[in-house]
Amino acid sequence: MALKMVKGSIDRMFDKNLQDLVRGIRNHKEDEAKFISACIDEIKHELKQDNIAVKANAVCKLTYLQMLGYDVSWAAFNIIEVMSSSKFTFKRIGYLAASQCFHEGTDVIMLTTNQIRKDLSSPNQYDTGVALTGLSCFVTPDLARDLANDIMTLMSHTKPYIRKKAVLIMYKVFLKYPESLRPAFPRLKEKLEDPDPGVQSAAVNVICELARRNPKNYLSLAPLFFKLMTSSTNNWVLIKIIKLFGALTPLEPRLGKKLIEPLTNLIHSTSAMSLLYECVNTVIAVLISLSSGMPNHSASIQLCVQKLRILIEDSDQNLKYLGLLAMSKILKTHPKSVQSHKDLILQCLDDKDESIRLRALDLLYGMVSKKNLMEIVKKLMIHVDKAEGTTYRDELLTKIIDICSQSNYQYITNFEWYISILVELTRLEGTRHGHLIASQMLDVAIRVKAIRSFAVSQMAMLLDNAHLLTGNTQRNGICEVLYAAAWICGEFSEHLEEPMQTLEAMLRPKVTTLPGHIQAVYVQNAVKLFATVLARQEGAGDRQAAQETTELLIEKLPQFVQSSDLEASCILQLIKYIQKLQAKEVSVSEEVSALFAGELNPVAPKAQKKVPIPDGLDLDSWINKPLREIESEDEKPRAVFQVEEPQHSRPRVPEIDEKELAKRREVRKQEQASNPFYIKSSPSPQKETANVDHIPVVQIDLTVPLKVPGMPMSEQYVKLEEDRRQKQKQDKKKDKKKKKEKEKKRGKGRRLDSAHTESEEDIAPAQSVDIMTEEMPENALPSDEDDKDPNDPYRALDIDLDKPMVDSDKLPVQTHRPTEGLKSPDPVAGVEEQDEKKSSKKIKKDKERKDKERKKSKEEKKKKKHRKSTPGEEEEGQVEKPAPAAAESKITALPTAPPTEDFDLDFWLSSAPVPSQSQPELVDPAPSSEPEEPKDEEEREESKSSKHKKQQHRKEKEEKSKKKKKKKHQDEGKAKSVQNGTLEEEEEPLPPMTNYSLLAENSDIKMVSTGQQGARMV
Amino acid sequence: MIKFFLMVNKQGQTRLSKYFEHVEIHKRTSLEADVIKKCLSRTKDECSFVEYKDFKLVYRQYAALFIVIGVDEAENELAVFELVHNFVEVLDKYFSRVIMFNLDKVHIILDEMILNGCIVETNKSRILAPLLVLDKMAES
Repeated sequence: MALKMVKGSIDRMFDKNLQDLVRGIRNHKEDEAKFISACIDEIKHELKQDNIAVKANAVCKLTYLQMLGYDVSWAAFNIIEVMSSSKFTFKRIGYLAASQCFHEGTDVIMLTTNQIRKDLSSPNQYDTGVALTGLSCFVTPDLARDLANDIMTLMSHTKPYIRKKAVLIMYKVFLKYPESLRPAFPRLKEKLEDPDPGVQSAAVNVICELARRNPKNYLSLAPLFFKLMTSSTNNWVLIKIIKLFGALTPLEPRLGKKLIEPLTNLIHSTSAMSLLYECVNTVIAVLISLSSGMPNHSASIQLCVQKLRILIEDSDQNLKYLGLLAMSKILKTHPKSVQSHKDLILQCLDDKDESIRLRALDLLYGMVSKKNLMEIVKKLMIHVDKAEGTTYRDELLTKIIDICSQSNYQYITNFEWYISILVELTRLEGTRHGHLIASQMLDVAIRVKAIRSFAVSQMAMLLDNAHLLTGNTQRNGICEVLYAAAWICGEFSEHLEEPMQTLEAMLRPKVTTLPGHIQAVYVQNAVKLFATVLARQEGAGDRQAAQETTELLIEKLPQFVQSSDLEASCILQLIKYIQKLQAKEVSVSEEVSALFAGELNPVAPKAQKKVPIPDGLDLDSWINKPLREIESEDEKPRAVFQVEEPQHSRPRVPEIDEKELAKRREVRKQEQASNPFYIKSSPSPQKETANVDHIPVVQIDLTVPLKVPGMPMSEQYVKLEEDRRQKQKQDKKKDKKKKKEKEKKRGKGRRLDSAHTESEEDIAPAQSVDIMTEEMPENALPSDEDDKDPNDPYRALDIDLDKPMVDSDKLPVQTHRPTEGLKSPDPVAGVEEQDEKKSSKKIKKDKERKDKERKKSKEEKKKKKHRKSTPGEEEEGQVEKPAPAAAESKITALPTAPPTEDFDLDFWLSSAPVPSQSQPELVDPAPSSEPEEPKDEEEREESKSSKHKKQQHRKEKEEKSKKKKKKKHQDEGKAKSVQNGTLEEEEEPLPPMTNYSLLAENSDIKMVSTGQQGARMV
Repeated sequence: MIKFFLMVNKQGQTRLSKYFEHVEIHKRTSLEADVIKKCLSRTKDECSFVEYKDFKLVYRQYAALFIVIGVDEAENELAVFELVHNFVEVLDKYFSRVIMFNLDKVHIILDEMILNGCIVETNKSRILAPLLVLDKMAES
């Protein structure tokens, strides 16, 4: 045996350790894969040996390889072997490997349950710590169920090191095993007031995460958090708490009112940017929740906006970015306060950083008004020209369209201008957003009736110059625009000045290079145009011309017949038939036009989904056998336009005589009338007005020469619009004067406001949007909620925690514990009590205690059942301890009826809007007396605002917290050293979690300052 | 919540990775490559926060070393930014030699600072306490 050991350690000397592996990989840059596979073979060999040190070394190397992207799941069992080593050095390696490699699907995990339980109850706190850390990475629902009780016990461990880890792991346990939330919650809540700030912070973290998903269940904790917020000096904790309040305020506006003051105080006093940022965010959330604001809240908004302006003006790009981000939140509810900073935000558009530019763009969206829309878009168009990266340019493009189209084109006063902007945007090469422009063109042309004639003229020009857009059809998304152009020209062909010219443009051979779905639209609309042309020519009595037109179609259409879209061949047949009729001198124009009678209106996005499928209709079954070759040959249309849907229902008539034609039309009409699922446009009155005469056509200034697309021309409409507005103003001047006089009589602040809105309303749009709502089938609600994710893991955690617990809420407890002797794993036993008992005679009494504990735990289990209460309750009778501990246990003792301050939320919320007034209510005098002082100091400091002072103040704070810590330590000291004092000596009193003062001096930190470290690393 | 923690050199090689939510191993490599590309391509004039898919990257450069942290939308970006610096300070305090060969120790430090995707400890001596115990054990 001894020989074997010696042999083992000699072997080890020749093994590669991690350092050698890392070095080796570096030295084998050319044949890295080969080297690593050799290493893996070596590791496999090492894993087969009995020596645990060799195995641990091998696992350590595997962890590194795993990080490099090699699959090491085959070694899972060896990892478990190393995990169960009794030596901490090896155990640690095992757990590290497990935390990196294991996941829910690792099947050997179930073998670890007992090992982990043993480690959790180890007398060495670092064994426990490493087990907890590992568990956080690979806990499965099974592990969570089996170990929940053990971890919950550890939440009351004597060592804060264990407590804080246990508290944090509980969050993962809750996620995997939601049943554990309710029984563990009272203890978790208790940890919010843990004497150790680290544990406190952990508890805050966990509750914040829980509350973020299901805020309503945590509303009752608001008073407790409020107390923490006003007493804590730890910025990390404050950030979390303030974030939590941000989640709670939407549910309880009264809470928001209470928060405003302490938060604004913090904003004034803190020098930590991260905290300031968090405060501003929560104040914004509060102000959003207070819909009908109190008058003095405009001060808070102003404060936020001011502070954010400072951030945005800062040279630190990080602050600039965050400032813009937060500003966009204010924008939603208080656009006016943001609008005054338009200059600054426009300035950010020129920033070197793309993320900052994008944030600024977001802000612009909310800042436009009727007055400044044209100006802002003009600026953006300049940026579009300048933009180099296609991604940013595309982003600009979408933003321009978003800005203009928001709330049904609310801010557009001149649609001629908008159409010309859209046409200008088609000049962008290589944009992905051709379909977006196209859908805008369609939408505007359909909804704004007055603009149709102008739109048609522009679209005709686009079609005429189609070659400019189709340079590279493969990559160029812009040709989608032709889809819209063709459709608009066809559908509203009555507005065309020279339909014949457009018709010819649409039948050019070049068109066949376009994607199939665009060709199809071309063909359909060519026929619409044809109908118009025919009508005009026949109206003029020029039968010869009409026949020539038909001839043209018959000549040109065959080039489309090869397309996989079937329109062309059907329509060709139709035209041939028309030709026959024309030869017989029959006038056909009326009949042909009748094919396209009626108006197409926009359909709501979800409309199709809302139409129930009739019985017996299987949408998946083939009508005909599928043709194999044609499938997937042609590019499918990417964008599904809103207007596209009804187009499919358009009849594509093959060869039929006119009687038949009329008959079929009649039948179809009847069918439609009787079919409840046919989407009729009857609810909107526009349908009947298919007659174009009713449509008010805007006078176009014809002195302006029409330009070829490709030249900027939106400019001229800006001028025209300005003139128009000027004129309007003059007309209204008299009225205005009267109004202004009235205004003067009103209050000062009010006047500013009303003056602003008035100038907004003053501008009457040149054209108005006629069709606002989309068509929906009956009984369909537009706001139907069908997008909720049923698989949301946080749903299971939506548990009402204020309800009293019932029997079924208990955690499963293992009755036979292999490791029970090591340390009391009992969930209930007050740890302090044990400490006293154990002290010197620890080992002798060990056995005795074991038995005692067993008894006790049994008793307690009984009690539990009877009283239906939390574990904390049991502590009451048994613990004889110094006052603070007793007070604590009392707090937890009554989870359903907590003491004063968080007892009645309503009471708390209704009384004392000022935080200082709420202080006296607090139960525990020790922590509450402390916060008062630093607060005062902070205020003082603010007035002096000297950096020297600040530092001094910080020191003071630190000292204070140290003192506090020491005091506490003395209280516990005696007991602590005995409890876990096996491996390590009595710990030095460690300072609490840093109140990270660095946060304050953010802008001072140079990014690359500590170069040494990095140099060494790589 | 913090989703992952990466240490990367200027060549884009991962030096240390830690995931707080499980990600499949083959997805890790592509995610890392993607994330690194995003961060390395940025200049010093650009801010340290990158919007990436449904989360945010917070990164910081120390000479040739990049530290990238993936966070969800609820995390305070500046606080995480400071955390990175805190972490580097801790490394600086503990290591006197090249840390590349002591990655397991870096892991210990990281485990003390971030647990379960939450920041647990920022005090340097508290963070280093378990590591010092371990060193003592190794000596004896």
